[in-house]
Amino acid sequence: MKTLVLVEHDNVHLKDATLATVTAAAKLGEVHLLVAGKGCRAVADAAAKIAGVGKVYLADDAAYEHQMAENVAPLVVGLMDSHDAFLAPATTTGKNVAPRVAALLDVMQVSDIVSVEGERTFTRPIYAGNAIATVESTDAKLVITVRGTTFDKAASEGGSASIEDVSGPGDSGLSSFVSLAAEESERPELTSAKVIVSGGRALKDAATFEQLIVPLADKLGAAVGASRAAVDAGYVPNDYQVGQTGKIVAPQVYIAIGISGAIQHLAGMKDSKVIVAINKDEDAPIFQVADIGLVGDLFQIVPELTSKL
Amino acid sequence: MKVLVPVKRVIDYNVRPRVKADGSGVDLANVKMSMNPFDEIAVEEAIRLKEKGVASEIVAVSIGPAKAQETLRTALAMGADRAIHVQTPEDVGSEVEPLAVAKILKAIADEEQPGIVLMGKQAIDDDSNQTGQMLAALWGRPQGTFASKVEVAGDSVQVTREVDGGLETVSLKLPAVVTTDLRLNEPRYASLPNIMKAKSKPLAAKTPADYGVDTAPRLKVTRVVEPPVRQAGIKVGSVDELVAKLKALGVA
Repeated sequence: MKTLVLVEHDNVHLKDATLATVTAAAKLGEVHLLVAGKGCRAVADAAAKIAGVGKVYLADDAAYEHQMAENVAPLVVGLMDSHDAFLAPATTTGKNVAPRVAALLDVMQVSDIVSVEGERTFTRPIYAGNAIATVESTDAKLVITVRGTTFDKAASEGGSASIEDVSGPGDSGLSSFVSLAAEESERPELTSAKVIVSGGRALKDAATFEQLIVPLADKLGAAVGASRAAVDAGYVPNDYQVGQTGKIVAPQVYIAIGISGAIQHLAGMKDSKVIVAINKDEDAPIFQVADIGLVGDLFQIVPELTSKL
Repeated sequence: MKVLVPVKRVIDYNVRPRVKADGSGVDLANVKMSMNPFDEIAVEEAIRLKEKGVASEIVAVSIGPAKAQETLRTALAMGADRAIHVQTPEDVGSEVEPLAVAKILKAIADEEQPGIVLMGKQAIDDDSNQTGQMLAALWGRPQGTFASKVEVAGDSVQVTREVDGGLETVSLKLPAVVTTDLRLNEPRYASLPNIMKAKSKPLAAKTPADYGVDTAPRLKVTRVVEPPVRQAGIKVGSVDELVAKLKALGVA
C-alpha cells in the first residue's frame, strides 16, 4: 500500500505531530509525504530526513501558504491517483483538510485513530473516549486522521528521501486568509510536552492562575494547560484547553490542579502515563484516575510545592 | 439570506456512556438524549444572525430515527422557522455516517439555496468532526471550521477559527459552511410559550430515498469495548511526599 501523509508545518518548521503520523502510515506500507506551503523548502528538507520516508512531494505556491482546505484538498486528491491511503495528523489543520479530501474521493474518513490493527482495520475512541471502536473500512481508498499521542514518533533523522516538486490546481478563489493571532509562548508545546501543569476553575482568576500555575510549570519545564471552566472564565486563552473539545494530550506526567475531572476533560488527558491531582474535594472524580493524589487547599499546596522543587 | 442548521440527536453530554457487554456498541436504551451541544451553538448563532437582520429564515434539519423530531422541535422552540426531518430506520447499527449525512445535506442545500449552513464542529457520540467539511466539499463551497466568531459582510463571511496555535481569521465567499466551536456563543433556553408555539411550526417529513442517497455504512464497526481502566492510585499526605514521588518519576 502506498500512503500519503500531510506534513504539519508553519512554512519554517516541521511539527512533531507529523512524526507520529509517519509511524502510523509505515504500518500500512510505503510512506510518502506532502509538504504544501509557501517558501517551505526547509520543511521539505527536514521531511526528507525522517526515517522510513520514501519520497517527499513539495507543493510550494502562494495558494498553499496558510493551508486553506479549499486549496489543499484538490492538490491531495490529485496525488491520490497514485496512492492508496491519505493520512493527516488529527490537528486542527488535519481535521480541516482530511474530510474535504475524503468527500471528494467519495470515501468515509476514519477519524482520530489510536491503533492500526490491519490494512483496513483501526481503533478509534468514541463518546469522549468512553468507548473504543474497532472499525474496518470497505472503501477503495483510505482517508485517516491520526491521534498523535498514541503513536511513537518516527526518528527525525536517518532518512534520505528524494524531494519532488508538484503543483496542484492552486487558488480555488473561494476563501482567503485574513490574520492569525498566535499565542506567544516560550514553554513547550502542549501536545508534545513531557510534563503538563493544568489548572481549573478553582484558581479563581487570571492573576492567581499566573501566580500559582506558571512558576510551578517553569520549575518543571512543563507546558501549561487548563480545563474548559478556566478558559471560559478567562483565566487563560482557549488554546490552553485540554479535553474532548480542546487538545488531546498524553504526557509522562499530568498535574491537574483545582480540576474536578469532568468526562470531557478526562477525554483529553486520561492517556497520560502518570496523573497527579491536587484538589480540596476528596470525592472529586479526578481522584478516580489519578495515580498520585493530594487532598488539600491548592493555595497553600502549590506555592509550597513550587518552593520545594 | 436563508440559514440551514443541521442538528443531531445524541446521548446527553452529562450521561456516562455504558458499553454493551457483547461489544456491539454503546447502550442507548432508556438513556437521556439531547441536541448535540455544538449544534445548539449553531442554532443560537443562526438566531443571532436573524436578530441582526442578516438571516431571513432559519431551516433546521435532522437526519435520524423518529425521535429526531424532538430535537427539531427544540430548534424550533429556540427560534428556527421550520424544520426538515429525514427519517432513517430505528434499528441498532443504522447510524448514518457523516458522508451520507453530507450527501443528504448537499441535496437539501441545492433545494433550499441557503446563504450559510451553520453546524456543529463534531457530534459528541461518534466524535468524527467530518460532516461540515464533507458538505462543503460536495457542495463546492468554502468552509469555516471551529468558528469562534462569525461576521457576515456583503457577499462574504469572516470567520475566526480556533486553531492549535491561536485564532485564525479567514474570509469566505458565500454561500459557505461554518462549523461551530464551543466559544462561539452561549445558547439560549427555549421558553415554555416558545415550546408551545414550536409545536405548530412546519416540519417536513422526508427519507434519504427522497434525495437519492444510499445510507449504507462504509465503515464496519466490528467491536466496541471499554477503554483500559487505570490502576487505582495512591493518596499522599503532604507536599514533601508529593515532591519525593515527583523526584522518583524523574520530573523534578
